[in-house]
Amino acid sequence: MTDQRISIVLAKLIERFGGEVVSTHSDFGDDTALVRRERIVEICAFLRDDADCRFDFAMDLTGVDYLGETPRFEVVYHLYSLKNRQRVRIKVRLGEEDPEIDSVVPVWPGINWYEREAYDMYGIIFRNHPNLKRILMYDEFVGHPLRKDYPKTKRQPTLGPEE
Amino acid sequence: MAVEKQAKGGAKGGGYALTTLESMIAWGRKYSIYPFTFATACCGIEVMGAFGTHYDLSRFGAEVVRFSPRQADLLLVAGTVNYKMAPVLVRIYEQMLEPKWVVAMGACASSGGFYNNYTVLQGIDKVIPVDVYIPGCPPNPEGIIDAVVALQKLIETGAPRASERWPIKI
Repeated sequence: MTDQRISIVLAKLIERFGGEVVSTHSDFGDDTALVRRERIVEICAFLRDDADCRFDFAMDLTGVDYLGETPRFEVVYHLYSLKNRQRVRIKVRLGEEDPEIDSVVPVWPGINWYEREAYDMYGIIFRNHPNLKRILMYDEFVGHPLRKDYPKTKRQPTLGPEE
Repeated sequence: MAVEKQAKGGAKGGGYALTTLESMIAWGRKYSIYPFTFATACCGIEVMGAFGTHYDLSRFGAEVVRFSPRQADLLLVAGTVNYKMAPVLVRIYEQMLEPKWVVAMGACASSGGFYNNYTVLQGIDKVIPVDVYIPGCPPNPEGIIDAVVALQKLIETGAPRASERWPIKI
């Protein structure tokens, strides 16, 4: 029953945004769709508003660095529907040369700080974000520490001796 | 009346004690430590336990927690301090009045603990002088009591404070 429900969401997404969806799977019951970045705001607004989807709660957004692969980066949206009690995972791959994607703050205002975190840790630019600046690291910090090519032993102390 | 008689008698002969001003002041300081807790992690919970009724740090005269560094003479750093927090810690330390002491509580404050990464300060003694270290992750409240007793011994004996030999030259 649950599996049928999950596939309705993916089917609707493919039906509405066929050209944007690269691939989908429901491994272990986790509904996942890999989509292109161009119409991400439209896709998210659709997932929020459609009667079968109603993903009103953006639980998490994170970045992934697949160093050595092309495209290198990935943004993952974890969505939850409080009404239908279902989850979906949306992934978008971004190239190394321009890791940019439109912000979905207009769709879910609560995603604001998650996008700032992804920017801080991975250097992913969220276009039209209302306040895209570092959230965890200090402003003087150079680079993005969770990128796989950030040197493991590099330290940037604010005070005191260099390690 | 009896007390008055005794006092009068004491003035005539016997019943006095000799001491130095330094040890008198040290005795007073020893039993009136005003801690300021800089709690950033799970160690802070153990600090609360130490101040609570069960372990009752007030038995050692160190129970009046001051939430302003300007009224405290013991900085109890309990928890992980990262590079972003280090300037805040130093500023709080500088606001405290002399004489002041610092206790680094737990593995993180003492050495960075198991965090050795791009953001964690590898021990607060990189930026401020530390008098007493408490091992443990987190230490239990007995560890805090032990540190206060160790600090009392330092105060009583007039041992030089860490800030007087700061920075340590190797």
